Amino acid sequence: MHSKAFALFLKDFRSELRTRYAVNSLAMFILVAISVILFSIGQEKIPQSLTGGLFWVVIFFSAMSGLARAFVSEEERGTTLTLQLIASPSTIFTGKLLFNLILVFLMNIVIAVLYSALFDEFVIRSFYLFVLTFVLSNFGLAISSTIIAAIISKAGSKGTLYPVLSFPILLPLILTSVQLTSNCMVGTSFAESKVDLAVIVCYDVIMLTASYMLFDFIWKD
Amino acid sequence: MSNYQLCGEAVSKNFGRRLIFQNLNFRFTGSGVYGISGPNGAGKSTLIKIIAGVNSPSAGKIIHKIGDKVIIPEKLHNLIGFISPYLVLYEEFSAWENLEFFARIRNIKFDKEKAASLLGDFLLYDRKDDQVRTYSSGMKQRMKFIFALMHSPELLLLDEPTSNLDDEGKNTVYKMIERVSSERIVIIASNERTDIALCTETIMLAKF
Amino acid sequence: MIWKTFLFLLLCFVSIAGISFPIVENPVHWYQYPMIKGLEENAKIIFFHVPTAWLTVVAFFMSTVYSIQYLRKKNLDDDAKSYTAAQLGIIFCILATVTGAIWAKFAWGSYWSWDPRQTSIFALLLIYGAWFALRSSIESEEKRASLSSVYSIIAFLTVPFFIFIMPRIMLGLHPGAESIEDGKVVQSASPVVDFKMNGNMLLIFFLSLIAFTILYFWMWRVGYKSLIYRDKILKQSSRG
Repeated sequence: MHSKAFALFLKDFRSELRTRYAVNSLAMFILVAISVILFSIGQEKIPQSLTGGLFWVVIFFSAMSGLARAFVSEEERGTTLTLQLIASPSTIFTGKLLFNLILVFLMNIVIAVLYSALFDEFVIRSFYLFVLTFVLSNFGLAISSTIIAAIISKAGSKGTLYPVLSFPILLPLILTSVQLTSNCMVGTSFAESKVDLAVIVCYDVIMLTASYMLFDFIWKD
Repeated sequence: MSNYQLCGEAVSKNFGRRLIFQNLNFRFTGSGVYGISGPNGAGKSTLIKIIAGVNSPSAGKIIHKIGDKVIIPEKLHNLIGFISPYLVLYEEFSAWENLEFFARIRNIKFDKEKAASLLGDFLLYDRKDDQVRTYSSGMKQRMKFIFALMHSPELLLLDEPTSNLDDEGKNTVYKMIERVSSERIVIIASNERTDIALCTETIMLAKF
Repeated sequence: MIWKTFLFLLLCFVSIAGISFPIVENPVHWYQYPMIKGLEENAKIIFFHVPTAWLTVVAFFMSTVYSIQYLRKKNLDDDAKSYTAAQLGIIFCILATVTGAIWAKFAWGSYWSWDPRQTSIFALLLIYGAWFALRSSIESEEKRASLSSVYSIIAFLTVPFFIFIMPRIMLGLHPGAESIEDGKVVQSASPVVDFKMNGNMLLIFFLSLIAFTILYFWMWRVGYKSLIYRDKILKQSSRG
């Protein structure tokens, strides 16, 4: 099953290399979001805790611009039926999740690097805690955005609906990540943040299980 | 002669509260050509999609068996060859790449000789490295047959198989159906008289 | 009919009793409410605010239950039930938000202060909003039913997180709210009112809760039945 999902991922990856739908819009969105923040700040000094929050704002909006492609592109090209005929639903979900995971990690690493280069106030004191938060949150972000992408690919008005549907689902994840990021910036130890980390792990596990259970209902007409 | 069995038990389908068909019972075994016919909107495509496991019936069930073993839905897709006007292949890839990806995603070995001979049969070998988006609609239709036959399915489901095809293409398709149906089940959903003439038995769908 | 009359009388009594019974320092008569420090006359809004918030949650829960039921049985009646519950849910959600904001203005000094419960009800409002936006974008009845069922189940799964996360991140103002800071439980420094109701207040409070709950179920029955009948009539007329 893993090799099948991986083959599907490779297909998407090759297709993305040829069309560059998701990557182009993602890159531009990251640029736009960060520069909007930079312009609005101007010469002001902003409090440190605010930069941590803004970091996740950039991530959320960038994610909303590109992650829906995984399923929407299949639906737009009309290849959903083909996909249904060559793979089982769980394979398809795994393949698409893999694709979105890579995209999320790529996107967020770029954002993190750009962000720490451009914002002097964004200083991470507990580096390993931040890495852990970053990895766990990216998993959660990829999982939720994949299942919501599957839902909206089957609905009309695809573009506008995606952030609307995703925001309430991602809110617990984002709130906890913001909290953890501000912990990292203050320099809190692992032990003090372990409850918040556990919350994110729970979120990832619950959303992953629910997604696999519910994907069948979305996928079959 | 395969020991494939396909049974429909009291199959019904509604779209919302609109009834498409109800209480269909059928049983196909071994080999042969069977037909599904009926006026537009009677649910031919829907029934064939339900048989393929792509749609689910509102009531009743479809059972696929090899011998006495019931095939679970997760495994069904590799045993079915399916052609439909709604089928679209990946247009940014060439015919050859499409077939290669499909074999990998199905987790079966990509048989290059078979791919080449099928492309030859359907007169597409010269264009195999061109992107599918450059094909004409007849070529795309022929390409779908290669897609459906590549993994040697046990059951072949054809929804309007001869649409968009010229006489030469139709003859190729009829020859292929004849060859496949000698050992496997082929189901055709169509209103073309020449298609239905091939069938030994036909399910007639009425319009509700 | 008896139920409707009973409901009407109950709601009348609750409204009159809730609004017009006087608040005094030392209640002697059965109809007098005690004075609560920091709330005074504002206290009366509890008879209407809490039931709406309660019904928001009930409606959300019922909507999810019928969504699960729909995915199991694929019966469009369940979808109608889920839809009606959500419709009432969003009405009560707005009412709870508005009554809460008004009360907050007088009790805590501002309409909105991101107290955990305020944030949670805001999240519920977002979920309801997204759910209706999703439904309105899908033409086919079956697709609409199954996609919105899936979404409501996923949304329901986020609720425990809100209950758990909110008190960790923000200070609580509602009675009974505690904030956990650095692993210790501390009462927040903000004006949390020590809300204790006496007997007659409790009685009116629970009567109001019961009356609103009955009202909800009655509206819900009328709502989903009319939806089902409408569908049937539409189906008949479309067939000619």
